[in-house]
Amino acid sequence: MSRLLSTVGAIAIGSLLAAPAATTAWAQETVTVGAIEILSGPSAAYGTAIKGGLELALDEINAAGGVLGGKKIALIIEDSAGNKDQAVNAARKLVGRDKVPVVIGPTLSNEMFAVGPVTNERKVVTVGTSTTAKGITEIGPFIFRTSLPESDVVPVTLKTAKDKFGVKKIAMMYANDDAFSKSGFDSMKAAAEQLGFEIATIETFGSKDSDFSAQLTKIKGLNVDAITISALVEPISGVVLQARQLGIPASVRFIGGNGANSPKLGEIAGGAADGLLVGSPWFIAKKGETNEKFVADYKKRNGKDPDQFAAQAYDTMYIVAKAIDTAGAADSDKIREALYKTDFNGVMGPFSFTQGRDPASNEGVVVLAMKNGRFEILE
Amino acid sequence: MLSQQLVNGLVLGSTYALFALGFTLIFGVLRVINLTYGFYFSIGAFVALTAARSFGANIWVALPLGAIAAGLVAVVADWILLTRLRRAKAGELSSLMVTLGAVLALYSLMAVFIGTDIQRFPFGFVDNSAIEFSGIRISLVQMLIIGTTLVLVALLFVLLQRTKLGLMIRALAENEDAARLMGINVGLTVAAVSFLSGMLGGAAGVLIGLNFNAIQPFMGEHMMLRGFAVIIIGGLGDIRGALIAGVLLGVLEVLTAGYISSNAKEAVAFTILVLTLWFRPVGLFGRAQAKRA
Repeated sequence: MSRLLSTVGAIAIGSLLAAPAATTAWAQETVTVGAIEILSGPSAAYGTAIKGGLELALDEINAAGGVLGGKKIALIIEDSAGNKDQAVNAARKLVGRDKVPVVIGPTLSNEMFAVGPVTNERKVVTVGTSTTAKGITEIGPFIFRTSLPESDVVPVTLKTAKDKFGVKKIAMMYANDDAFSKSGFDSMKAAAEQLGFEIATIETFGSKDSDFSAQLTKIKGLNVDAITISALVEPISGVVLQARQLGIPASVRFIGGNGANSPKLGEIAGGAADGLLVGSPWFIAKKGETNEKFVADYKKRNGKDPDQFAAQAYDTMYIVAKAIDTAGAADSDKIREALYKTDFNGVMGPFSFTQGRDPASNEGVVVLAMKNGRFEILE
Repeated sequence: MLSQQLVNGLVLGSTYALFALGFTLIFGVLRVINLTYGFYFSIGAFVALTAARSFGANIWVALPLGAIAAGLVAVVADWILLTRLRRAKAGELSSLMVTLGAVLALYSLMAVFIGTDIQRFPFGFVDNSAIEFSGIRISLVQMLIIGTTLVLVALLFVLLQRTKLGLMIRALAENEDAARLMGINVGLTVAAVSFLSGMLGGAAGVLIGLNFNAIQPFMGEHMMLRGFAVIIIGGLGDIRGALIAGVLLGVLEVLTAGYISSNAKEAVAFTILVLTLWFRPVGLFGRAQAKRA
């Protein structure tokens, strides 16, 4: 009986899935790509930057004739509000109703760990542009990312701190309620141990906390050379401000993970953030015509400077469009094959995927230092 | 280091207490769990921020402005959301649900207009320096928070115990029908209580936003959880209880993070909350202040 029911169910679902084939007349005009980003809530800054990057690239691609011999790309961006459940619902909608062959995003690693299994099971290519946690692409064969994982960037930063500033004894801090921050910390800890740092203490806080005085007072008493921190930019700003307020001297540098790599840090923390080191796969002042044009166009379109999330999104839109072209059809399986052949040179530098669907090289990583509330390339 | 940690705890606890004052007043007098309270906190901070940025107001102008704006918002919100429920003598659960829906809508609305980026008061808005004596550092903003909390608690006591409005409020807290029969204008008193608690929430928003430099629409949401813990531990409607419970909670959290593990910090507030509900469901200090006074 139950088998009969499930067969009936399967047929019903099958016919539902087949129905939109009738809309191919429309589909010939456009190829629809989905994206899931945080457009509201406390972390909306990330999603908004990504949206700006995606849309800028999209405009350029469509103006230049689109893909597959003249089809325009349409982008449907769903808001996850930073909420895993909402992100999964958005994915179900994009896959089930809009039938997109490719989903870009979601914004946070946390969300990707929820969305990835869903899209992967439905065999829809999913390309994270900002998901840097460990294990993202291991979710399944349809999950790609264009963002360098933290584990590729952080060792470069820590090594620079050691070689250049003689850092030996460190305190480590991270937000313990967020996959991105925790995994960034794991990478930092592994790199710190490998470089032979002495870890004086490990302190945690919540992503939405605003008081860090207890942890920082404890760290102050330990006389460390530097403090590593893995979290999103909002709590990092609060931590560096309070550290200076509590009298931790400026000679004790902060070393940030990917979350610290945002102009927001300077806006909020101002001079308190000076000296902070962060490794970045992209930097606004990076030389080269492609990047300069991107920065100027982004600013014109969105009224503010791009950050690395916008840059990664911009390149990703191009990478996806190229893969659709190479695939010859808006078909998820073929696009997946095409992505492996990616050989693209964008604002981030030369880009290709490893067999594990991660970015192939970390050569482009630059170490930045905060100075007067702005990042500068560390000379 | 212990003395610095105690100061840290005192400051943190004062922010909890400051936030909880208005919240406990609403509950103690109006008998509603008004979740829009978190929004008054956010809007107060934003009004002050706008005043500071656009009109160059200093803290002594921006703070009362933020507080008064939040007070007015509170009167309107209470009137629109809860008048009908009050008339129908609906239970506490209905006010909880109505205000939960409303506060989510209000936060989102605010995010639409203002955006969700965190913002801060202009650099140099208040003197950012700190005083240091025998190894303890405390900033002027932090002293302002502690001072304001104490002043507001004192003012609230005087208002409730020594003024006619206070008498009306206490009568309302005791029994609404009896108060009405005694000729008290209940509508006006309700509005006054809403205004007062909105002002307290708004002032808390300005000062806490100033201390932590993280102003954004959802800032009230995060405080709300602690606010709940504080008013339950302190006793619903108990102003002195809120003050003591806030400081207690802050100090315990800081000591836990400093000497046990920062991971266990969150556990403290809610363990005390559960213990209070088990052993002293009326709160640490018994009967509600607004009634007893």
